[in-house]
Amino acid sequence: MAIAVEQPAASPARPAGARLVSVLGRLAAYLQAAPLALILGVFLLAPILMIVAVSFWDYDFARLYPDFVLTNYAETLGSWVTWRTYLNTLKYAAIVWALTLFIGFWVAYFLAFHVRTATMQMVLFLVCTVPFLTSNIIRMISWIPVLGRNGLVNATLIEMGLVSTPVEWLLYSDFAVVLAMVHLYTLFMVTPIFNTLMRIDRALIEAARDAGANGWQVLSNVVLPLAKPGMAIGTIFVVTLVMADFITVQVMSGGQSASVALMMRNQMSLLQYPAAAANAVVLLVLVLLMVAGILRVVDIRKEL
Amino acid sequence: MSKAAAIDIASVSKVYGTMTAVHAISLKIPAGSYCCLLGPSGCGKSTTLRMIAGHERISSGDIRLGNTVVTDLPPARRGTAMMFQSYALFPHLDVADNVAFSLKMKGVSKEERRTRALDMLKLVQMDAYAGRRPAQLSGGQQQRVALARALITDPEALLLDEPLSALDPFLKVRVRAELKKLQNELGITFVHVTHSQEEAMALADLIVVMNEGRIEQAAHPRTIFERPATAFVARFMGDHNVISGRVADVRDGAVTVEVAGGGRFDALGRPPEGGQADIAVRTDRVRLGEAPAPGLGFTGIVTNVEYRGASVKLTASGAGIEDFTAIVGDGAFFARPVTVGEAVPFAWGAEDAIVLGRLDS
Repeated sequence: MAIAVEQPAASPARPAGARLVSVLGRLAAYLQAAPLALILGVFLLAPILMIVAVSFWDYDFARLYPDFVLTNYAETLGSWVTWRTYLNTLKYAAIVWALTLFIGFWVAYFLAFHVRTATMQMVLFLVCTVPFLTSNIIRMISWIPVLGRNGLVNATLIEMGLVSTPVEWLLYSDFAVVLAMVHLYTLFMVTPIFNTLMRIDRALIEAARDAGANGWQVLSNVVLPLAKPGMAIGTIFVVTLVMADFITVQVMSGGQSASVALMMRNQMSLLQYPAAAANAVVLLVLVLLMVAGILRVVDIRKEL
Repeated sequence: MSKAAAIDIASVSKVYGTMTAVHAISLKIPAGSYCCLLGPSGCGKSTTLRMIAGHERISSGDIRLGNTVVTDLPPARRGTAMMFQSYALFPHLDVADNVAFSLKMKGVSKEERRTRALDMLKLVQMDAYAGRRPAQLSGGQQQRVALARALITDPEALLLDEPLSALDPFLKVRVRAELKKLQNELGITFVHVTHSQEEAMALADLIVVMNEGRIEQAAHPRTIFERPATAFVARFMGDHNVISGRVADVRDGAVTVEVAGGGRFDALGRPPEGGQADIAVRTDRVRLGEAPAPGLGFTGIVTNVEYRGASVKLTASGAGIEDFTAIVGDGAFFARPVTVGEAVPFAWGAEDAIVLGRLDS
């Protein structure tokens, strides 16, 4: 009874209250999204915008002049050195991608299908991450006593009488660069592929066998198509990492090979920031185009 | 289509490490019959099916399909086809390619594959969906596609692992009828794993009740229902009350059992060895409120009353028996209704109580 009496008095106040609640509700949604938006804005969007802005600036040996000139792009794209460096970087990316994909797939396949217990899978997976327990530099420097003129490999080859003089191309060569990169980046291929392989329903393999598929047919008709999203994610990791790498290229090639990122670093050490910025924008566009291409070929949405 | 094959399982065992999943079972499934492997989860029914299919190695014993010993043959060369519980359709292939998968493995040309897949899809009325992916189909549609994929290999026996468990109750009943019709049309042997008594009763020519890796009883559904071989079968099928006790008296073709609470019950049949016996009383033959003849009834306290429409299910305890179930017709019940806590006499005829066997005797 008391409720029935109070209701008419309360109802005129309700629309205002409801409006306040809905405004607060909308505000709350923005507030919840704000921290991430802020972090992405300050640490990702703003630096990229700054690089894009600086890439149009003018410069001399001493200072930068805020401006809008296209000379940086003209010089970057007009120079055959740039083109050769880009081609060289793409060559590394292609070779390293092919090798990490091949090795990564088989390691992931072994872990997912041949290792029976979850504990053993975990242990072996951790073994794969062992190289990451030390820094990148130490891992690269460790290659030197192995691959050097008087290193382990050469010593062994000479001892066995396979070669009479030390093999020169083991260290400070494209071979060394690719080897170090494969060593560094294979795990980035193993992890996503392992993830997709673990999600394949084992009944699908049995169904394929029931339909008469042999081992290779199961692999090519069932496992490989279903592993594609993982391969695509791994490819994005490896390609973007290799495209942006400069320290591996510098150390392992002994300064004899160039990469785009190394070229940018040299430009920065000469205080040619706008040139480096233009280079960075070109590289960014190239890598984004490659990622877009990968995403067009393979649908990775199921994995995210 | 193809001829049906009889399946002969000869003392087949499956051992995982130290655990035995299937204990030397022997079973003959006649050609062209519909056989249901029935039992609770973990009873070894799926393992048995997978051993027939060739997806599980046989630890000891032999399986023959028709005249061929298939024990060591790969799945595809046994003349069997399996339909998996979750259907196991390839998510990256469309319906037609799923159905044509086995043909592709054999190297059949693309056009022929497509034609034969469409024919098979017509058989299960799914030809309109040939271009869809499995994820775009409902559970019932996926089930039909899985069926078409299994049948395109022209199997002599179709093995179905809980084919109806993923469907909703209404669809279950409809698909059940379709399976039976299909089996009649094709005339091949069906082996169907299920944990549903109702499903097995509705479909099978031969029900194989399994428990803890052993076959408790393999018989026609009517025999399983009317003359369950063991206490497990009687309890699992759910249409009998099982009363266990000491053998107190043996007469010509009948046994009297004395339960721990003091009640004495008569049952037809020969006594098992060892002085203990289980007897089964049909739940639907129990009469209510009628003074029982000696040994053919008792007076119990009603513990639960469940209305089921055409019948009423009563649960009662008394005379040393817990959870005694009686299914009474609604007419008889409402003529003289009883409530929970009331003491009511339960009675049954001499032919409604039978002695059950024991598996290890």
